[in-house]
Amino acid sequence: MRRQKKNGFFIALAAPGIIWLVLLFIVPFYAVLAIAMGKLNELFESPVAVWNPFAWSSENLIDVWHDIFGSAAFAGPIVVRTIIYVAIASLLCLLIGYPAAYFVARFAGRRKGLFLVLLVAPFWISYMMRMLAWVDLLQTGGYVNKALGWVGISPVNWLGGKPATVVLGLVYGYIPYLILVLYAGLDRIDPALIEAGRDLGLGRIRTFVRVTLPMSRQPILTGLLITVLPMLGDYYTNQLLSGAASTSMIGNLIQGQLGTPGLEGQGAVLSLLLLLVLLVPMIYYVIATNRSSQVAS
Amino acid sequence: MTAPITDQPSAAQTVTAKPRRRMFRRNPWGHPWFLEGFTWLYLLWSLIPIAIAVLFSFNKGKSQATWQGFSWRWYFKDPVNSVLHNPALHAAVIQTVRLSVLTTIIAVPLGVAFALGINRWKGPVPATFNFVMILSFVIPELIFGVAMFFVFTVLFTSVHLGTLAEVLGLVTWNVSWPAIIVQARLVTLGRQYEEAAADLGANRFQAMRRVILPLLGPAIFASAVLVFSGVIDDFVIVDLLSSNAGNTPMSVIIYSTQHGGNGGPALNALGTISLVMSFIIAIIGYIGYRWLTRGERGSRIQALTTIAGSEG
Repeated sequence: MRRQKKNGFFIALAAPGIIWLVLLFIVPFYAVLAIAMGKLNELFESPVAVWNPFAWSSENLIDVWHDIFGSAAFAGPIVVRTIIYVAIASLLCLLIGYPAAYFVARFAGRRKGLFLVLLVAPFWISYMMRMLAWVDLLQTGGYVNKALGWVGISPVNWLGGKPATVVLGLVYGYIPYLILVLYAGLDRIDPALIEAGRDLGLGRIRTFVRVTLPMSRQPILTGLLITVLPMLGDYYTNQLLSGAASTSMIGNLIQGQLGTPGLEGQGAVLSLLLLLVLLVPMIYYVIATNRSSQVAS
Repeated sequence: MTAPITDQPSAAQTVTAKPRRRMFRRNPWGHPWFLEGFTWLYLLWSLIPIAIAVLFSFNKGKSQATWQGFSWRWYFKDPVNSVLHNPALHAAVIQTVRLSVLTTIIAVPLGVAFALGINRWKGPVPATFNFVMILSFVIPELIFGVAMFFVFTVLFTSVHLGTLAEVLGLVTWNVSWPAIIVQARLVTLGRQYEEAAADLGANRFQAMRRVILPLLGPAIFASAVLVFSGVIDDFVIVDLLSSNAGNTPMSVIIYSTQHGGNGGPALNALGTISLVMSFIIAIIGYIGYRWLTRGERGSRIQALTTIAGSEG
């Protein structure tokens, strides 16, 4: 009886949040499913949601299958391109971000506060402003081309559909998140362990390889996830920095179908497929961060 | 800037690069100048483009690429195209502030209550919903935005695309900040404060209100700061859920105008305004967090990382 009462108070506290999540998180995903498995209203070209699982149709699924794997598949190359861009961009994020995070966590000393302020600053600058900055710099008459002009290279049309520009935008956009995760993870490594490595006669590089690197496996993985997950849903970076169909990614495909009459059902299928693929890494991330916060506390 | 005591004597530092590199490898306690240089290069690459973009918001001419002299033209001087006089830009600033305030007011109490309830209510139901909440934290924003778009256009059609839909979407997207941060704080607090309050005769509600909530102050404050600044920065959800110029916030205006080929320094001005807003929130957040945690062990660095959304 007492236990019942004890729980009642906490149930009442949690209830509004739970109801909110049901109505505006779980139900919306069922709506996506109902549209993905739904039909098309031929007259208005609008999606018709089918709420009853027994009446689900595979129309949209088949369409998407043909888009990706069929003979005239236009979505297949987009998927491959997205994977390549995201792989290169996240690898670059790691290669640039790790040394910076490592330095600030281990060697910044009394200037750690200053370095952290500078590392964290991009968090407080809106993503669009940061992309706009590169639009300014990379214009045909922009400073990048002017700088290239001094060394005798003729102006490059950076914003005209260059894959390199899109990858640059992705790296620039998402690297602050990776660095902060890496910093937090590296900062947690007990310096005594590294000193022990040194005392036992390992040089700086071998200490790094044998001690620091194995201990930063977890932050590297979670940091990569925190950059890869949003990159896969990104449609705005390449729209601003390229705008060409030749560089479009999965995000562009989904977002484009959302506003196109007749294609919304396929957009729903694609976003569910993306979710399905990402579910495993997402759950890994949840478990990993849960574990590390339990260890930390 | 002083060299650490363990550093090489200065005579060794002036020798040529090659021996110094060997020194670096041999002497494990020397300062890694190469890493420091690399970090500075990264920081310059990360911050100089922003500084240039801010600079161009003060450009006299229409170019976003060539400096033509300083003016306030794009903020308020230009009678047509300045942020003050262009109705779409003007409305965007107001909409961003409106969304940030409304979302913070709803999401923070909702998330805090959720965290308190979930943390103490044992069983499979709270565990499941905690998992759902964390999923909402890691799910790519586009997938979530698509779900929101469909639910408001197909199921809850009385919620038209616009401010209400944006607020509902943003609250759901941001409620995990207070929920996660407050839960982390509750775990470090443990049960002893509550038990002490109960021993002194407080009932459950009194213990919550008089003991736990004040102890949660810093966490609640930090999450409010994160939600507010998160909404200023948000793009995908508001892009998918806005319907006309009256309910389109700054991020979406910058994107759609620039992408539509009508870019100009007025957009840089808009971006600068959002940057200044975020920085003000960050400074308030940092000072406020330091003040709220003034009695505790805890460093400036910890305050800084907390305000940036990392528990590190």
